[in-house]
Amino acid sequence: MTGISARGAAIDLTGVGKSYGEFHALRDISLHVKPGEFMTLLGPSGSGKTTTLNVVAGFTEVSSGTLEVGGRNVTGVPAHKRNIGVVFQHYALFPHMTVGRNVAYPLTLRGVARAEREARVARALDMVKMSDFAHRYPSELSGGQQQRVALARAIVFDPPLLLMDEPLGALDKKLREWLQLEIKRIHRELGTTFVYVTHDQEEALALSDRIAVFNRGRIEQVGTGRELYEEPATLFVGRFIGDSTILRGEIQADPSGTALGIAGEVVTTPKRLETAGTPVMLLRPECLALFRPGSACSDGENRLSGTVTEAIYLGSGSKYEVRLADGSMAVVRTGLAAEGFAIGQPVEIRFRGADVKLLADDAQADQMMT
Amino acid sequence: MEMKPLTRALLGLACFLIAIWLVAPMFVVVPMSFNENKSLAFPPQGFSWQWYRNFVTHPDWSTSFLNSLKVAVLVAVVATVLGTLAAFGLDRMRQKGSANLLRMLLLTPMVVPGVVLAIGIYAVYLDARLVGTLPGFVLAHTILALPFVLIAVSASLEMFDKRLETAAASLGAGRLTTFRTVTLPLILPGILSGLLFAFVTSFDEIVVSLFITNPYLKTLPVQIYSSITRDADPTVAAVGTVLLCVTTLLIGGGLLLMGRERRSTS
Repeated sequence: MTGISARGAAIDLTGVGKSYGEFHALRDISLHVKPGEFMTLLGPSGSGKTTTLNVVAGFTEVSSGTLEVGGRNVTGVPAHKRNIGVVFQHYALFPHMTVGRNVAYPLTLRGVARAEREARVARALDMVKMSDFAHRYPSELSGGQQQRVALARAIVFDPPLLLMDEPLGALDKKLREWLQLEIKRIHRELGTTFVYVTHDQEEALALSDRIAVFNRGRIEQVGTGRELYEEPATLFVGRFIGDSTILRGEIQADPSGTALGIAGEVVTTPKRLETAGTPVMLLRPECLALFRPGSACSDGENRLSGTVTEAIYLGSGSKYEVRLADGSMAVVRTGLAAEGFAIGQPVEIRFRGADVKLLADDAQADQMMT
Repeated sequence: MEMKPLTRALLGLACFLIAIWLVAPMFVVVPMSFNENKSLAFPPQGFSWQWYRNFVTHPDWSTSFLNSLKVAVLVAVVATVLGTLAAFGLDRMRQKGSANLLRMLLLTPMVVPGVVLAIGIYAVYLDARLVGTLPGFVLAHTILALPFVLIAVSASLEMFDKRLETAAASLGAGRLTTFRTVTLPLILPGILSGLLFAFVTSFDEIVVSLFITNPYLKTLPVQIYSSITRDADPTVAAVGTVLLCVTTLLIGGGLLLMGRERRSTS
């Protein structure tokens, strides 16, 4: 096996579908996860990310397609024979066992001798910094502590693959950020393949080697955080990852690219939409600049007039929300040196046509964002 | 809501009177069992242990006591096994409508008048030659005890977090191992209280027992009944007192178990 680590297993989902009667939870999912990779399945609720995780874990049978883990076809193999660690959002610790016995549970099932079992339990608890709690019961622990124990229990039997289903979803923000670092460290130390489900794009960006963005039972795009941010394949991905401004308008004749008419003003880009559909422009906040109306302007720059509706000082710069003439909202990030603007002030937003990401319109992408 | 002192006093008095009313029969039976004379007169006269001695030594009493014990233990085991399996099946059924219907069916012995059940059982037993036999008693009492087990085990299954079974599977446990190591220990309090209720149900059952008894096999309640209809033997009071103590201990234990379970899952 070649790859980042010899200990992690590769995953190959090929044409996986899952339907419940008329409802298609998964439609033709194909995904390759490299050995030792940290792959995050990101998407809104009901997008199919958890179903995909359950398929890999063996909790959900597929309706079509195949699943390979470590090169072995495990499509019909029951969950308890897959040797995959799973961490749940709800911890799922056994309330009638101490922390130590919870962590020892998978080893006991595998017939590991007592001395070795105790050593491995101690090592796993040490890794999640819960060694002092071995004799406590789960009910005596906080949520964060319980989740660390659950993590120890899922890695103690050295599975080549660890699945995590929104493991930090029930915890508060500060604890979540600290545990993200812990999870990252454990991933580095173990070299196990991690598949992580979340609906939180910041968490996905902070943790992952690569991210698969799910929407309506399909994978919209797979890539590194940078790829998803800088080159979104669909409007949905562009809106889901990071802040964005979406410009929609009347398509104007433009032989050298694409031009949109927005409330009497025209914006252009040299790019053309390569797929079918109505083109919309997506702009990242740092690609937009704010100016007073009518101030001097370099050639070829697009300009749209609007009114500042929100101004947030961030220390390293400022973030503005601007209502454009057609009623849509733009998000602008300015640097330290930039001029300040007040709420209610008329402004002009400017951007270069080359910075525009031209994508096919998707009305449903808007609804999913709420 | 604040209560007026008068309301509070009246409420207290009402509760006190109801409590007296509920436990009064016990206050009659317990002193009577220590009566010096062979009479069931109340209040009793003198003090003696002779009726307790009679209970232990007289074959009519000791045999029927052992019969009751035998039947109740068997019923407790059979009803607990069947009731637990039924509770599991109903809990895991996909069609909730059919599950509820089946549950109601299994609970009917609690609702149907005992006499009706007794007549039905008696009629069948006559043909099947089950009257006055140990299997006959066990079968009949199991019908009556099953609902108690079903209710107790269903309640603890309701509280049981099924996601723990998924977690156990991910850690490598097959279905049987999961049941043995995770599900069973967590619903054990429910099963045990079901077992206790089943035992007690059988042990003090009288209506059906009266129909299916014969001189060769009498349970303790039947013996008490036939004794008291024949003569005024205070042994009945002694037996009653012993039963009172035993059932109080058992039911109290069962309630404690249920309470502990509720606390541990909340």
